[in-house]
Amino acid sequence: MKKLIIPLVSLLLSLLAGVVVILIIGKNPITAYQNLLQGSGLLPKPSYAGYKSMFTDFMVFLNTLTPMIFAALAVVVAFKSGLFNIGVSSQMLLAGFTATVLIGYSPLNGWIAKPLVIIIGIVVGAALAGLIGYLKYKFNINEVVSSIMLNYIVQYVISFFINTSFIDVVSRQSKNINPEASLTLKNVEIAGLKMDIPIGFLIAIIAIIIVGFVLNHTKFGYEIMTVGKSKEAATYAGINVGPTLVKAMLLSGALAGLAGVTYYLGLNWSIRPRILPSVGFDAIAVALFGNISAFGSFLASFVVTIITKGSAYMSSISKVPAEIASVITALILLCSASGAYFKFKKGGF
Amino acid sequence: MDTIIIDGMAFALPLFIAAIGAIYCERSGIVNLAIEGFMGVGAFCGALAVVLTNNIFPAGGLISFIIALISAVAGATLFSLIHALLCIKFKANQTISGVVMNLLALAMTTFLTRQINAAVFGMPSSKLELGITLKFNIPILCDIPIIGAFFKEVYIFNIVIIIVAILMWYVLYHRKFGVHLRACGDNPHAVAACGIEVSKTRVWAIMVSGALSGIAGLAFAYSIYATFSSNFYVGYGYLSIAAMIFGNWKIVPTLFACLIFGFARSFGYSLSGLLGLASTFSDLTMTLPYILTLLLLVFFSKNNQMPKALGEVYDKSKR
Repeated sequence: MKKLIIPLVSLLLSLLAGVVVILIIGKNPITAYQNLLQGSGLLPKPSYAGYKSMFTDFMVFLNTLTPMIFAALAVVVAFKSGLFNIGVSSQMLLAGFTATVLIGYSPLNGWIAKPLVIIIGIVVGAALAGLIGYLKYKFNINEVVSSIMLNYIVQYVISFFINTSFIDVVSRQSKNINPEASLTLKNVEIAGLKMDIPIGFLIAIIAIIIVGFVLNHTKFGYEIMTVGKSKEAATYAGINVGPTLVKAMLLSGALAGLAGVTYYLGLNWSIRPRILPSVGFDAIAVALFGNISAFGSFLASFVVTIITKGSAYMSSISKVPAEIASVITALILLCSASGAYFKFKKGGF
Repeated sequence: MDTIIIDGMAFALPLFIAAIGAIYCERSGIVNLAIEGFMGVGAFCGALAVVLTNNIFPAGGLISFIIALISAVAGATLFSLIHALLCIKFKANQTISGVVMNLLALAMTTFLTRQINAAVFGMPSSKLELGITLKFNIPILCDIPIIGAFFKEVYIFNIVIIIVAILMWYVLYHRKFGVHLRACGDNPHAVAACGIEVSKTRVWAIMVSGALSGIAGLAFAYSIYATFSSNFYVGYGYLSIAAMIFGNWKIVPTLFACLIFGFARSFGYSLSGLLGLASTFSDLTMTLPYILTLLLLVFFSKNNQMPKALGEVYDKSKR
């Protein structure tokens, strides 16, 4: 319960700040916030198009939420070992691209294609992040620098391949994947509604449980946390620091890879060249908002996705600029980052 | 050949001045991932000043340049105080604070650019058009073959940056303040024992990094990009941090890292043209600076040593 207080107070303060800003530009903050929830399928909209309802909106929301959860978990695992994985975006992109080319463009049946997509995502993401860990271990290369260099390299090289081999001339993106390979079933008709069913979301829930368990209840998790707290202490305790870092990055990358395949072969069906997914960067902040814990990442992703997802509906209905959503998100994070101060003060008494 | 050198310098020098800011901050013991945010706010404030004073002092003129520079430095320095507040007063995790500052800067400048464009100019554009600031040839020197290009079409920023950089180098290595600052990053308790306030020194260091990043942000916006849009600088802050780490937190090696980035980048841009390849190949040649950096790091990182107390919250009672 104590852990929840700081994030909740941060959320409240930021929403209040948002109210002030919205009032200044002369709009109604209550309807604006209502729109955020309506856009995310958590409150009913006044009217719906055919085959649509609040529930279908909520499914779309879960679909958007899924990659964010995986990406935040990836950041959490790396952070626990004392590493800052700023390369989640490129790990997502490489995993998504590889799965798209190998499976997304193949005529494979869904029952074979989907598991393969997931496996490829895990392997490719883990390999790229593992490389960062290995460079740190063997050559003492700071992980922030190597991640940033790899971000650029991956982004440009993939853009080259998309532009030369897989481009859709109309959309200027890569060609759409075969729906059979998609981790989201789109436009499924159930009970008179047409909805998206994100299979990835179920995997994300399982991943939260597994990551939480591994970090808190296994020897491997204990080693990761010890290395993250103090490398010297870990060495004295007989932990091999270097290999532990590499293993932590492998796990982090596997999660980032899952974020990639749910993003590029679920939420979207194509890849835009020369763009890294912003999810990978937002996830850093989301993980921090969630107190750098597995379950916290879920709650934080949920809140932040409501704001980002709902903002499009908000700006179209009540003409509140959508950019305000990112201002509120940044404020939430700013407040929760200052939270350490209040923890510290309490400890003093 | 000339364009490679001119563009390379125009990219390398702003990167360098931002990296010097990062060096100041990190040598004092504060992790600074917020360079990008500082750059963004600086560029935004400078660009805003140019656009608002455009009627009196036309963009591209000397006065417009000076106003822009002052606004950029002031804005970015003020913004950097939030980082100082979080890291020093609120004892926040410094990595976290840096990332949050970047998000806040991006969100704020995007929002404000749109609102101000709508309110002042009556059109909801997400850009501030700046044009290009003064550039000139240095007589005689620019006529030397090949190296002459270093003195051709020099942006006025390059001159400012070189002067400031030399000054900053002098202060960091040859003045008392610089010695104290570097000591704060290695052993803050020893510094405190000498009767010097660690927190105060660190706040100054953060403000220096804010001011220098402000110059860098404006230099990008007012030269090679000629506009301010909310995300044109994305990635450059982290690139300058990479240059700093590559340069082992020292100013002169960092300059070389920045020059490698700058020239490899401008060379990569023109390489596909030189080889007569299709323009799609520029995607591959653009990876050149980054692959080169990774390779160099494999050979030169063994002895890299970050400031010893980097990222540790300073607590007087812990001595």
